[in-house]
Amino acid sequence: MTKKVLVLGEAREGSLRNVSFEAIAAAKTVANGGEIVAVLLGDTVADLAKEMVAYGADRVITVEHPHLKQYTSDGYSQAVMAVIEQENPEGIVFGHTALGKDLSPKIASKLQAGLVSDVTSIESDGDEHTFIRPIYSGKAFEKIKIKDGVTFFTVRPNNIAPLEKDDSRSGDVSSLAVDITNLRTVIKEVVRKSTDGVDLSEAKVVVAGGRGVKSSEGFEPLKELADLLGGAIGASRGACDADYCDYSLQIGQTGKVVTPDLYIAAGISGAIQHLAGMSNSKIIVAINKDPEANIFNVADYGIVGDLFEVLPLLIEEFKKVKQS
Amino acid sequence: MNIYALVKRTFDTEEKIVVSGGKIQEDGAEFIINPYDEYAVEEAIQLRDAHGGKVTVLTLGGEDAEEQLRKALAMGADEAVLINTEDDLDELDEYAAATLIAEYLKDKEVDIIIAGNVAVDGGSGQVGPRVADLLDINYVTTITSLEIDGDVVKIVRDIEGDSEILETALPLLVTAQQGLNEPRYPSLPGIMKAKKKPLEELELDDLDIDEDDVEVKTETVDIFLPAQKAAGRVLEGDIADQVKELVNLLHTEAKVI
Repeated sequence: MTKKVLVLGEAREGSLRNVSFEAIAAAKTVANGGEIVAVLLGDTVADLAKEMVAYGADRVITVEHPHLKQYTSDGYSQAVMAVIEQENPEGIVFGHTALGKDLSPKIASKLQAGLVSDVTSIESDGDEHTFIRPIYSGKAFEKIKIKDGVTFFTVRPNNIAPLEKDDSRSGDVSSLAVDITNLRTVIKEVVRKSTDGVDLSEAKVVVAGGRGVKSSEGFEPLKELADLLGGAIGASRGACDADYCDYSLQIGQTGKVVTPDLYIAAGISGAIQHLAGMSNSKIIVAINKDPEANIFNVADYGIVGDLFEVLPLLIEEFKKVKQS
Repeated sequence: MNIYALVKRTFDTEEKIVVSGGKIQEDGAEFIINPYDEYAVEEAIQLRDAHGGKVTVLTLGGEDAEEQLRKALAMGADEAVLINTEDDLDELDEYAAATLIAEYLKDKEVDIIIAGNVAVDGGSGQVGPRVADLLDINYVTTITSLEIDGDVVKIVRDIEGDSEILETALPLLVTAQQGLNEPRYPSLPGIMKAKKKPLEELELDDLDIDEDDVEVKTETVDIFLPAQKAAGRVLEGDIADQVKELVNLLHTEAKVI
């Protein structure tokens, strides 16, 4: 049996996030040939519809309203519920982003449905779908099934490959008028702190520092390397506790869990709680003065040395490679 | 002010995970209050100290969870409630957990409910927002600052590294992000006092809930450990040569750059 699956597209500063395309690919897996309906919410989002189609959506529904310019759970849930009532989907996929994490439980509650959060892969056998998701912050994985009702899940960024972009695909784009009322939260301001808009959870490269970074200034070479590689900065709990950086950068069992293509750990000893947050990265590079540091046990490549000596050399070397 | 803190008994984050027969082995493991829930308890205590009122900590689970409730009482919470599901339910999912908690809270006077933004075991972060929806109150997740000023609640929340500054009103549910506060250690007098503080234990019958009302919507069919990584390579030689070799390996062997 085919399933009609709804995918919530998510834009950040006017462009769609990769996780939206990954969610389309995940939706295709469970749709079993059924229709993929993308949903875009905001004040002006119609321009983004074509790209959702190029990545595999069959149809796009936009809900545009001044109250949807900024995310609030009240505003977005009213819009999403209106689309769900119109479309009656058998599946729903969100990205497991700040927005998706905040909104998906509310929608699931309204639908009295189960919800599988933070899915990293899906095994499908016809209509039977088994979702795989990390538990204990990545120390283990669970296989989970939805017993009945709508197939509702969120996908972790960077884990499910998007479909190849095909600009020749076409799909119907329609708008739905929804009355958005009674917003109980008023957003006053958003203070941007992340490096050049590269989000830690979606970054392909993460350069993370630990106690070995020694001070907030010590993060400078890490930032330079991250910028050079188009990556984001992260940190261990030790570095955050010592006030070298903001807690929003913390990677680990408390903190963020990341799975970039390349994780460079500089001056991080590799406590088990930190490993939980990054050990599923594709390639791990460890730089540490202490050859006995636990981080070397999970690293693909290690350099025993002072990060303040190694990083500048590494930056120079990457620059050379970039130029050639 | 009537303040509720939702807590979960979880594995100590130091624990190695052992799986056998598709289940996590709990024998001999150390258990703690989920670290994010500790922020919730601390924030609840600080709110009460600033505005007056009462802090009630609430958990779901078996008798073992009394240990975590006593710890929250020792930190300074006033009362504790255990919804004991041990005898009635084989499994809980987020839907069932939220239903039970909301059922308990629905006829209580609630000003604010504080929970952790995620539990370090299951990690779905669903229960808080689900409870708020069932109680039809507003919620704000991953908060790093909370200030109640008359009718206005001023909040800073973490959104993927950026800070969102917002205003809302009570009644409200919030979930704690790291950085919200520094949870206190229970003091010795606190631990002594906690032994005498009220700890209420309820079962499904007491909540007038039928097992069918909380039948899980999702089912875990297996648990497994991540594939062991092959031992990595620690490079050797002059640091400058090691760096060159590393960039070369990332380029040609790992193909990530």
